[in-house]
Amino acid sequence: MEERFHIIENYLMIRMPEEIDHHQAAALSREADQYILQGPVKHIVFDFEDTRFMDSSGVGVVIGRYKKIACFGGKVYAVNADRQIQRIIRVSGLKKVLNVVEEDTDV
Amino acid sequence: MYNEIKLEFDAISVNEAFARVAIAAFITPLNPTLEEVADVKTAVSEAVTNAVIHGYDGRKGKVRMHCILEDGLLHIEVSDQGKGIENVEQAMEPLFTTRPELDRSGMGFSFMEAFMDSLEVESVPEKGTVVRMKKKFAVIQPQADEE
Ligand SMILES: Nc1ncnc2c1ncn2[C@@H]1O[C@H](COP(=O)(O)OP(=O)(O)OP(=O)(O)O)[C@@H](O)[C@H]1O
Ligand SMILES: [Mg+2]
Repeated sequence: MEERFHIIENYLMIRMPEEIDHHQAAALSREADQYILQGPVKHIVFDFEDTRFMDSSGVGVVIGRYKKIACFGGKVYAVNADRQIQRIIRVSGLKKVLNVVEEDTDV
Repeated sequence: MYNEIKLEFDAISVNEAFARVAIAAFITPLNPTLEEVADVKTAVSEAVTNAVIHGYDGRKGKVRMHCILEDGLLHIEVSDQGKGIENVEQAMEPLFTTRPELDRSGMGFSFMEAFMDSLEVESVPEKGTVVRMKKKFAVIQPQADEE
């Protein structure tokens, strides 16, 4: 099984689960926060490659982590967000803080 | 076409996914687009999550989901007998949350509003909350050989 968390230089890369709802969010945030507190983490990259569903709980995960790193000038990025996830990001207003990286699309 | 389901399940977080799967299956006869399926799943997920987190807040209880398909119109009612909402109008404002410490961001009702065609919330403090949503789908004319 692939590791969910990777640290590359001062970036924490998080491979997000297939469904991000309230049931999944608490453990995800708790684990991410351990990396943020212990490691040399400045920025966070949320990788939505595997994610097919996200509701407001996922929005809370992103904003909550952003609040933890923003005071040190940290930034949050989203990669591999499909149309559905991009819609959630747009409708929620997450775009104000979350930098959505458009990859060379293979669709 | 007319179809109706009533579900009742424990107010625990694993059942959020169950409610999403159930509603997705219920609307398949409408041949919804991927986007429509995602809209309805998101709205149901928000309503059920609210019942679990805010309505019961870890206490035991049941969430009810009552869905009706009437031609192309989908009605969804999600209700709980939890603590209720003091000020519904304020609760429905974008970004309003009573639980910021739980990483809630106050977007649930906004998502329900954005992804469904209508949203109504009725709540009585200490009695519970009812969320009613509707969404219209394009009706596909049934084939002549179908019932
Ligand atoms: N079923 C319910 N029972 C009691 N209170 C509720 C219920 N649903 C919503 N509320 C109240 O309405 C507020 C707003 O709900 P909404 O879903 O918009 O945001 P949230 O749940 O706080 O955050 P998010 O949905 O973004 O995680 C909640 O903070 C809560 O106080
Ligand atoms: Mg909510």
